[in-house]
Amino acid sequence: MKIRMNVNGNWREDDVEPRTLLVHYLRDVAGLTGTHVGCETSICGACTVLLNQEAVKSCTVFAVQANGAQVTTIEGLAREGKLHPLQQSFWEEHGLQCGFCTPGMILVAHQLLCRNPHPTQEEIRKGLEGNLCRCTGYQHIVKAVQSAASKMSATEPVRAVAAAG
Amino acid sequence: MATALLGERIKRKEDPRLIQGRGHYVDDIVLPGLLHLAFARSPHAHARIKSVDVTAAQAAPGVVAVYTGADLQGKVGMVPCAAGIEGLKVPEHPCLAVDEVRYVGEPVAVVVANSAYTARDAVEQVEVEYDPLPVVVDPEKALAPGAPRVHSKLADNVAFVAKLEGGDWKALEAEPGIKVIRQRLINQRLAPVAMETRGVVASYSPGEDLLTVWSSTQIPHILKTQLALMSGVEENHCRVIAPEVGGGFGSKLNVYGEEGVACYVSKALGRPVKWIESRRENLQATIHGRDQINDVEVYVRPDGKVAGLKCWIIADLGAYHQLLTPAIPTLTALMIVGAYHIPCVFVETKGVFTNKMATDAYRGAGRPEATYIIERVMDLVAAELNLDPVDVRMKNFPSPKDFPLALPTGVTYDSANYQRTLKKVLKAAGYTKLRKEQERLRKKGRYLGIGLSTYVEICAMGPSSRMPAGGWEFGSVRIEPTGKVTVLSGTSPHGQGEETTFAQIVASGFGIPYEDVTVLHGDTGVVPMGIGTFGSRTTAVGGTAIYLAVERLKKKMARIAAHKLGVKPGELEFKDGKVQTAGGEKAMRFLEVVAEAIFAKQLPPGVEPGLVEQCVFEPANFTFPFGAHLAVVEVDPDTGEVRLRNYYAVDDCGRVLNPMLVDGQIHGGLVQGIGQALWEEHVYDENGQLLTGTLMDYAVPRAHQFPWFETATTETPTRVNPLGAKGVGEAGTIGSTPAIVNAVVDALRPLGVRHIDMPLKPEKIWRVLRSASAA
Ligand code: FES
Ligand code: FES
Repeated sequence: MKIRMNVNGNWREDDVEPRTLLVHYLRDVAGLTGTHVGCETSICGACTVLLNQEAVKSCTVFAVQANGAQVTTIEGLAREGKLHPLQQSFWEEHGLQCGFCTPGMILVAHQLLCRNPHPTQEEIRKGLEGNLCRCTGYQHIVKAVQSAASKMSATEPVRAVAAAG
Repeated sequence: MATALLGERIKRKEDPRLIQGRGHYVDDIVLPGLLHLAFARSPHAHARIKSVDVTAAQAAPGVVAVYTGADLQGKVGMVPCAAGIEGLKVPEHPCLAVDEVRYVGEPVAVVVANSAYTARDAVEQVEVEYDPLPVVVDPEKALAPGAPRVHSKLADNVAFVAKLEGGDWKALEAEPGIKVIRQRLINQRLAPVAMETRGVVASYSPGEDLLTVWSSTQIPHILKTQLALMSGVEENHCRVIAPEVGGGFGSKLNVYGEEGVACYVSKALGRPVKWIESRRENLQATIHGRDQINDVEVYVRPDGKVAGLKCWIIADLGAYHQLLTPAIPTLTALMIVGAYHIPCVFVETKGVFTNKMATDAYRGAGRPEATYIIERVMDLVAAELNLDPVDVRMKNFPSPKDFPLALPTGVTYDSANYQRTLKKVLKAAGYTKLRKEQERLRKKGRYLGIGLSTYVEICAMGPSSRMPAGGWEFGSVRIEPTGKVTVLSGTSPHGQGEETTFAQIVASGFGIPYEDVTVLHGDTGVVPMGIGTFGSRTTAVGGTAIYLAVERLKKKMARIAAHKLGVKPGELEFKDGKVQTAGGEKAMRFLEVVAEAIFAKQLPPGVEPGLVEQCVFEPANFTFPFGAHLAVVEVDPDTGEVRLRNYYAVDDCGRVLNPMLVDGQIHGGLVQGIGQALWEEHVYDENGQLLTGTLMDYAVPRAHQFPWFETATTETPTRVNPLGAKGVGEAGTIGSTPAIVNAVVDALRPLGVRHIDMPLKPEKIWRVLRSASAA
């Protein structure tokens, strides 16, 4: 099947098998391997991407379902070589160890801050509930999201990362 | 650009690539002509294979080949076991089962296809006819006479029996007034669940007779040796690369059958092949952890002094040995006295085969079990004698002056001050106040519990004399003509952050910017030798090798600079990018000395050109980090739910090189240890079917289940290595499990509860509360 998708600001057209999962489309067809597969069953959140600005688990979405959509992966978050405040904060606060869960964590945190720019610790923990990390014990991730929240509210309203078209 | 000093909170070198999705894990590696593997696995816990019919699978479009266990027989070596235990029975462990399957998930055949989807589809078409055999799941039943045997070639299911004994038991047993406390403690089976499952890419080039393997492993060098032996490719024609590895926790400190199969298939077809484990496979067929039954007998004097400890360990090994399977429970015996001076010890460890996946090293590997035993014992003693658990611990601690301390278990603890960490955690938590609050709440029918754990663990593995395949580590440091420094390490960090720590060691040694140092690891084609990352050895042993290589280079550079400056080498120091005399009157820029050394125009006589040094560091002993943890929980009497209200951890891992990374290791460890205490268990039913085969059923902890952890450190350096670092990778896991269980049992003490086995799920607690109120 032919599909058209805007991935990180660039439109692309590809021919895919109807059963191709979005995560495999992004990784194997678009070559964006920053999106990871941790469970294939919508439990771990490693495969989280933004689909029309909403965090979705791309292991449970078919590529054809994203036809015509705007998709942002971790590769599309930094702008003109400048890290997104969330990326910056994950770095500064040691929000990652092996890094496997990190792209998903950052993107789900992005959605969280879009919806709630000043979350409490509890709200952050709740917001991360659908994403597993086996390394960090979550505390530094929570800290990173807090720090990104204050960075983002200090400089600009939450920056939408939807593709420019 | 500041010079990074040891002990500073330095941001990680690893992160820029990882936060932008630009790292490369095994599944991100693509090679031209790549084929994909999928394994057909046994649905039975124990069965004879009557026939394997691959015709349909073979005929499926896109399938290139299918191999069965019989096809591989004699062509691929057995899955290796490196544990050296006297009298150990080592059953044959083929990469693909041949006549018999012995656990659910055991690989039986492999499909090779042009896409991962196709390979998985075709697996469904592999027809295997099984003849079910009697299954043995419970290790105690496996020990009973006449029990079904996991391996019919062996006389029974006992893989080994090991005994450890010390002290004057005769005298102790005859001592008047000695009290004996008995308890059975169960340390349940766990799944490591690294977020990246296992994966391997094997690429054999017939022209060069070169086998290159990318594997999600903690031990690339050991894996290279083993894959050479298994595949028949000479070791000097093998290269193993551990690219970015998405967590290991011991589960990738192994050599797996699938890796052997991948090498074989690539060699047979002359094409690169990839296998990425599914999560279901990961839960079934990647090693499991723990799984011990511990019967303890504590000999205690009326004042709370523990004079003797006996423990009978039944260790459920599963169906086969993986790399270190039988060695893990022997670590439990080694560490069983914990942080206490207990003169008499007796431990009998029985390793038992059952129809389950093998157990092996999972974060802590034998030590969490030991710590759980001894820390529960301390609380049992306190409860029995009606003493405060703090007092019992204080009474049994050795004095800081007693170190190095030789123990009846045969190990010598390097250095410690257990009193200091305990006092510090009590202060942080406000212990006295907490006890008062507990009193108050109890009167209102609320169940607050306070749990302690004052653990000690064994790290920095280790002296080669006590390790199965060497305990040294390799490090080399090379200064390039531009003054940039390249470090090679034989360790294989996968999240711990040693690209950063090692760069800190090197930059602070040379007095150069941290940015100028690059650390390479995890590629046997780049790093000549190594052991790997496990047992909290990477910084303490691997870092020391690098530190010593830096010292050697500095000696050489000082000679060269001294020759130029007309001073003695001993007068020179490395500071702020210069090699200079103490006051800085005479100085050369670091880069100038590098140029002298490499361009070699006026070297002092006898000095070789170039700046590269290597070191293989052999530690004289293990290190023994320790700490004191305190958990505060409240149990809801209506639902049985445990709410973790506060957690305080004071850990002493020797000298801290980067406090941010130490915190990260502690947090991650805590969550795994608390996970075991409260939620995690890997369960087989009596037929050997895995009931927790997905992440829906296996409870990996999530962010909202935890309070903010209050952590602190004390620093008691070790003399075992010149860095003074002890290691911190397992501390959180080891310390936290008993702290939580002690807290829950403490909460329920007014109801007469003495012990509950893990995990302390609401349902279990609810039942306990129900039976208590009925009584
Ligand atoms: S891979 Fe999609 S949720 Fe785990
Ligand atoms: S950093 Fe390893 S899983 Fe989160």
